[in-house]
Amino acid sequence: MNNPPETSLQSEKALKRLRRRRAADTRFRMYGLAALGFALFSLVFLISAIAWKASGAVTYHVVKTDIVLTPERIAPDGNASPEEITRNIEGFYTLVRDDLFARFPNAGDSLPVRQDFSALVDRLAVLPLARRVARHPSLIGQSVTVQVPVSDDVDLFLKRSSPRSIPFRIGAGAQISPGQGGGMVLTQPDLDSVRATLTALGEHDGVPSVFVTSQGAVARLSDLGDEAASFELLAGDVADFGGTPLKGLIVTVPESRRTISDLQIAWALALRSEGVIRRVPHTSLLTRTDSTYPELAGSLAAIVGSLLTMLVTGMVAIPMGIFAAIFLEEFAPKNRLTQLIEVNINNLAAVPSIVFGLLGATLLLGTFGLPRSAPLVGGLVLALLILPVVIIAARAALRAVPPSIRSGALAVGASRMQAVFHHVLPLAFPGMLTGAILGMARALGETAPLLLIGMVAFVAEVPSSTTDEATALPVLIYSWASNAERAWEPMTAAVIVILLALLVIMNVIVVMLRRKFERRW
Amino acid sequence: MDTTAQTDHDPALTGEGADKAQALVYPRIDCKDVSVFYSGKQAVFDVSLPVYDRSVTALIGPSGCGKSTFLRCLNRMNDTIDGAKVTGEIFMDGENINSPEVDPVLLRSRVGMVFQKPNPFPKSIYDNIAYGPRIHGLVEDRQELDAIVEKSLRRAGLWQEVKDRLAQPGTSLSGGQQQRLCIARAIAVRPEVILMDEPCSSLDPIATARIEELIDELRKRYCIVIVTHSMQQAARVSQRTAFFHLGHLVEMGDTDQIFTSPRERRTEDYITGRFG
Repeated sequence: MNNPPETSLQSEKALKRLRRRRAADTRFRMYGLAALGFALFSLVFLISAIAWKASGAVTYHVVKTDIVLTPERIAPDGNASPEEITRNIEGFYTLVRDDLFARFPNAGDSLPVRQDFSALVDRLAVLPLARRVARHPSLIGQSVTVQVPVSDDVDLFLKRSSPRSIPFRIGAGAQISPGQGGGMVLTQPDLDSVRATLTALGEHDGVPSVFVTSQGAVARLSDLGDEAASFELLAGDVADFGGTPLKGLIVTVPESRRTISDLQIAWALALRSEGVIRRVPHTSLLTRTDSTYPELAGSLAAIVGSLLTMLVTGMVAIPMGIFAAIFLEEFAPKNRLTQLIEVNINNLAAVPSIVFGLLGATLLLGTFGLPRSAPLVGGLVLALLILPVVIIAARAALRAVPPSIRSGALAVGASRMQAVFHHVLPLAFPGMLTGAILGMARALGETAPLLLIGMVAFVAEVPSSTTDEATALPVLIYSWASNAERAWEPMTAAVIVILLALLVIMNVIVVMLRRKFERRW
Repeated sequence: MDTTAQTDHDPALTGEGADKAQALVYPRIDCKDVSVFYSGKQAVFDVSLPVYDRSVTALIGPSGCGKSTFLRCLNRMNDTIDGAKVTGEIFMDGENINSPEVDPVLLRSRVGMVFQKPNPFPKSIYDNIAYGPRIHGLVEDRQELDAIVEKSLRRAGLWQEVKDRLAQPGTSLSGGQQQRLCIARAIAVRPEVILMDEPCSSLDPIATARIEELIDELRKRYCIVIVTHSMQQAARVSQRTAFFHLGHLVEMGDTDQIFTSPRERRTEDYITGRFG
């Protein structure tokens, strides 16, 4: 008997073809996985980079101390009206500063030293205290606990973020003795590591500063010899160096090249070791408004501004977009005109957002004379911006409803409108809502159109209506990011996190609404 | 299938013979020269066809022969299709339903329709039935509505199966039950005519048999027009049959006559399975 003829499925050629097809399948799957992996990696990288940056703004340093609100300082003219109290920031500031300064009796009382000391806390930082007293005049004369943020330079230094500082240990064998001119001498200090670090850092416009601290006393290295190191006392007493072990700190940037002086560093370290300066959660980021001082700035005005803008956007774009979609999809005759409208809607979705800003600036501000920088105008512009997105999503949702539902309703004698509103709309609703909220999410992140209608203004008051001056979160990010001071960097990242959190909340709402309303057929 | 045997046993035809004779004389719906155009392309050519009350008229023919399109003229469902145009006259109770004075919404409450694929609303069984009576204002209060729902479901032979779960979604029923629910939904608005567009094409044989029994039952009260692909079904359930081909009405007559001695060659070829 002959062998059965080789079928085409087993031939060499067929097997080769099969192998090639399998290989193509595998390759395609790999490409897909690679793309997915890359996207995931980028997302994780982005989020963690922002979160890492923002973590610096989660806490900040404040001065917490008890002061007596002496009437002479707060109301020097005897006028204790709320306006007068709020205006007298200098009085409150002096109270706080003098209370702190009193802790350093050896500092001397020269003008440069006082000015240096004043820079630890910004004047405007006492404004909330002044407002509190203005609201409750009975506090005058009382002792109150105040908590005011330290200036951004001090805060950054204490967070070890800028200028960079390196801690070091001092050997237990070191002997402390008083030096000449109120200084201090360490013998047998075993400072080889410090010497090595200093050599490595080199000299750029001066040498790095080296500090040793113990409790409330801080001294700066003035001469590093082989046997002994002499220190110059900046805060506290030589006697303070007795009990507890010494801690050392090298500030890598020379004094002439940084914004915080050695004296300020010494005061800050001393106040911190006494518990006057402490690290607390940075809640003011959420409860205060914009400021030119990073430690006093908060995003509340921008959050409220964004919410007001979104309110206007949602109230205009969602009903308008949904009804436009219903009309176009269910009622409009299919002719040249509706085709033209359809093409235009699709094109509008691709128009750069700044163009909508120009439109808002000329039409809403120019022709209609609406107020500048107002959430009303911003909301209207953003509504125009997301309208095409809402319409397109809503139409897609309507198209996804099977025509048999419409026929079924029409066949029992429902009018066209009844068929749409009783049967089609409930089914299309989750999809429409998804599109609408995704559009809102896009609007929430838009910056360019808001810049053009003046929502980039510095806003120190929380807007209370849609016609008040306001700014929005993305614009706040934009303006904070363009500030020069290092302290704005973590603050900006923190506001980005707030914005992302709002977006996540919106998306969660979408998912929940979908789950609730989704119906199968 | 022996069609004569079945009609002989049918009480509606034997017992109520006098009624039937009367009904056959005066057609419930009388179509004169009906043509349908889709975007200028003619799909149905000058069809003239009487439809008699209390009987089932079957429209048969190969796919794309225009029988469904013609059926949709009878409740003006073609109005909902863009570019569709219907000419000719369709008289119902002496009134031309194609005239602009006739409101298609009202017409559709008199001419119910059941579709090829069961399409219950994604609502409860109760609401599926109650929707029509509600929008037409047929009921005054909840008791009346309950009564209509029960009556419609009973007539559709579904009451026993669903009476304990009226609040469940209509889409949770099986295919055959869904189709009977759609029939009940159509009945609930008290139509005079029921149009059925291949009502059994997506159902299994058992569900199909159940629907066919139901159609036979409904014939006693309503005028039914059914489009079907199955010649056996046409032979089983209908009294009158119309054969369509390429948009033309080729032949129409009593079902017995069409299936036993067709006058036209094309009808015979189709019935004997030579094409289609």
